[in-house]
Amino acid sequence: MNVLTEPENTILEGAQRNGIRSYKLNRRQKILIITGFCTALLIGVMIAAQLMSNEGIATNFTQQNLAPSWSHPFGTDWLGRDMFTRTIKGLAISIQIGLLASSVSVVIALVLGMAAATMGEKVDDAISWLVDLFMGVPHLVALILIAVVLGGGAKGVIIGVALTHWPSLTRVIRAEVMQVRTSQYVLVSRHMGKGRWWIASKHILPHLLPQFFVGLILIFPHAILHEASITFLGFGLSPHLPAIGVILSESMGYLAAGMWWLAFFPGLSLLVIVRAFDVIGDNLRLLMDPHSAHE
Amino acid sequence: MRLEAKNIGFGYHQNSWIFKHISLAVESGEIVALTGNSGCGKTTLAKVLAGYEKPREGRVELNGKANTFAGYNPVQMIFQHPEKSVNPRWRIRDTVNEGWPVDRELLHRLGIEEAWMNRWPNELSGGELQRFCVARALSPNTQFIIADEMTTMLDAITQAQIWEVVLDLVKQRNMGMIIVSHEEKLIKRICDRVIDLEAVLNNCEGEIKNLDLKPDGLLVSQLE
Repeated sequence: MNVLTEPENTILEGAQRNGIRSYKLNRRQKILIITGFCTALLIGVMIAAQLMSNEGIATNFTQQNLAPSWSHPFGTDWLGRDMFTRTIKGLAISIQIGLLASSVSVVIALVLGMAAATMGEKVDDAISWLVDLFMGVPHLVALILIAVVLGGGAKGVIIGVALTHWPSLTRVIRAEVMQVRTSQYVLVSRHMGKGRWWIASKHILPHLLPQFFVGLILIFPHAILHEASITFLGFGLSPHLPAIGVILSESMGYLAAGMWWLAFFPGLSLLVIVRAFDVIGDNLRLLMDPHSAHE
Repeated sequence: MRLEAKNIGFGYHQNSWIFKHISLAVESGEIVALTGNSGCGKTTLAKVLAGYEKPREGRVELNGKANTFAGYNPVQMIFQHPEKSVNPRWRIRDTVNEGWPVDRELLHRLGIEEAWMNRWPNELSGGELQRFCVARALSPNTQFIIADEMTTMLDAITQAQIWEVVLDLVKQRNMGMIIVSHEEKLIKRICDRVIDLEAVLNNCEGEIKNLDLKPDGLLVSQLE
């Protein structure tokens, strides 16, 4: 139909459509529901891990190598441990480590980004050089190096992930601060007699907060995946912990024996969790950005 | 009060100049128009006069002293694009009160409705936003107002309403005003003096040429 020649009809039709499907949610509501669902999933995993008894991950030789069934949804391994319990507990550990590492990372990014944008050219040059340096080295190499130097374990993984994931967010925050600092409303504010700190706290920081949270949530999946991968490679968490990386690396030897469930379900769960964080991060950005918030 | 530019020059890039050797003065109670084709540097000159940009050479003085820009600046500028002059993350109530607690009467006279105060900037039209920007700039401490195409995006009735309020206050408080505008009729009606920036830049490198108005209010320039 030609919209130009029959505008009234089009509008009428649109109104009717809205009338008939009045229960249809708008975009904001849909995004809120999806975000809520993902958040509930993550919190559910954390709570479930706390509530589950350690019985499931105790060695039980009467139930070795069972395929997935109703009593063991993810099957059992060669020591008779319930893979479902191990996976949930492993995910909880991954989420905790990821949260800690990405928080530290984001704080580093915020401090360095603000410093680069406000403390003059020399500081900016130094920080930009540091960012380039860290971005030039592959994540995993730097991560393994740091983790090994710190003696591995949870401490090594957390510090390693924290120290390797700040550069890209630092760049974003630096650019963001520079843009706001020279924006017209900040210049007007200065003309109104407002001081440096007032402008930093009232104009610039609120502008960075969404970047901060979105950055935090988007670094999260990286942190979890990198934690899992260096643990898989043997530089990370100790084998006693039911971490996803440990589970995956252990199960490698048994895959050839046809025990596909050992790697399949934990791997799939990891992907689901990572994706959930991704979705939350993207949706938060849409909700917080004033230009798209009311679409 | 006297806002004076002494032999100022400015350019955004190292080796290029937008204008050079410009001197002009505006007294309290005087309304001066700044005209010229688009792109000739009117807005830039206005920004330098208001203190938003530092002149590369020469200086801008307020009552014979360099404007130090510490504290509330007595030279306030109203910009062409109000949506850029307000923080998109602030409710308009906070924005309008940023410089001084704006009195209700002024808001009312500018046609601002009470319901608008709690809105976000993206929920207001350009004309509505501009009224807030005008109110914000008209603090009792303001001595000079520089209006850069202040009402260009508004309809005729709103334009008249805003100009009436602003001119009334300018007269009442004996403020000086510089108007950057293309609208001949407006300029003819309200301005004491017209400075054609383009003519100045083309003709001479020295003293700025003031194009005076005839006693009957018509311009002696190409505006006629």
